[in-house]
Amino acid sequence: MEKLAAIGRLGLDIFASLGRSGRFLAGVLGGVSKPSVAFPLLLKQLYSIGVLSLAIIVVSGLFIGMVLGLQGYTILSDYGSEAAIGQMIALTLVRELGPVVTALLFAGRAGSALTAEIGLMKTTEQLSSMEMMGVDPLRRVIAPRLWAGFIAVPILAAVFSVVGIWGGMLVGVEWLGVFEGSFWGNMQSSVSFTKDVLNGVIKSVVFGFVCSWIAVYQGYDCVPTSAGISSATTKTVVYSSLAVLGLDFVLTAVMFGDF
Amino acid sequence: MAQRTTEVIVGLFMLAGIAAIMFLALQVSGLTPKAPESSYTLYANFNDAGGLTPRAKVSMAGVTVGEIREITLDRETFQARVVIDVNQSVDNIPADSSAVIRTSGLLGEQYIDISVGGDMESLGDGDTFYSTQSAMNLERMISNFASGQ
Repeated sequence: MEKLAAIGRLGLDIFASLGRSGRFLAGVLGGVSKPSVAFPLLLKQLYSIGVLSLAIIVVSGLFIGMVLGLQGYTILSDYGSEAAIGQMIALTLVRELGPVVTALLFAGRAGSALTAEIGLMKTTEQLSSMEMMGVDPLRRVIAPRLWAGFIAVPILAAVFSVVGIWGGMLVGVEWLGVFEGSFWGNMQSSVSFTKDVLNGVIKSVVFGFVCSWIAVYQGYDCVPTSAGISSATTKTVVYSSLAVLGLDFVLTAVMFGDF
Repeated sequence: MAQRTTEVIVGLFMLAGIAAIMFLALQVSGLTPKAPESSYTLYANFNDAGGLTPRAKVSMAGVTVGEIREITLDRETFQARVVIDVNQSVDNIPADSSAVIRTSGLLGEQYIDISVGGDMESLGDGDTFYSTQSAMNLERMISNFASGQ
């Protein structure tokens, strides 16, 4: 009986948490502040979330592209069709790896930092003192961070894909001697702008939104102790990764599945 | 950090994103900003359209001159009726040319190759190819060969 009650309580907790996060999101998106106030705040967050994440995105993109080039060449040269390496690299990056790996890296690099920052603000009662002063913390603290993540992830994903394709070209064309004309030609004939590139952008927009939502909510909702902050940070990374991979399957099935 | 510097750096970051999307559009997916060339319509009837798909290319002497708009079944002859858009600039295809379905490479995609005839008349909008050659079916060829036909 005790166990049954515990399971029930767990389920109710999960539903309550989902409900709180929905109300939280509505509160953040609903309150529109004056552009003159909101814009500098957003800019600062875009810098710390987006610009500072560029380094890890560029380096990982480069290496992933180079690995794709090497692996693709090894497999495709068995069939004498190593010229198809260009389309393989481009499709893999633009459709899947670009949005997904960017979102995972973003959750680890920026999402965890967001959660820890907001969690510490809550623990040291900065958020409640803001409320006392008549400043809405949802608008002042949370909204700029959410929007910054939402804007930054698609940009980072596009940069990731471009750098990855360049890395693949470096390995395939410069080192392994695939003819450059057929590398780009095959790529251009098989990658469609609306079906592949735009769908990849849509994916990264969704992932950016989900990742930053989870990050700011976990920070805002954490238990205000040091252990609470650490568990909220862990939750951010775990939930974001699971949400990204799960949503990726759903989005891929909707976008590229034939039904 | 000074507000001004942050603004400039974030602006550059946004610009990098736009540049990346432009690169993906122009260089990777080969999207050309120019409007599609005006074209005229030709028809071809095949006994077997094989793996031909809409938007597949139509070429002459290896140069792409158009694309396939749609493939339907002719209810009376039970043939595949292929609607082809040919670029307006190629308006002098001889009337006795034939449309042949070919495969690029051994396992590549299928396309229509127009083998040029010698007629003085040329095909106009809405004309049908007089002679066609259907897709080569590897399986059928092997079974014909095995049964000695």
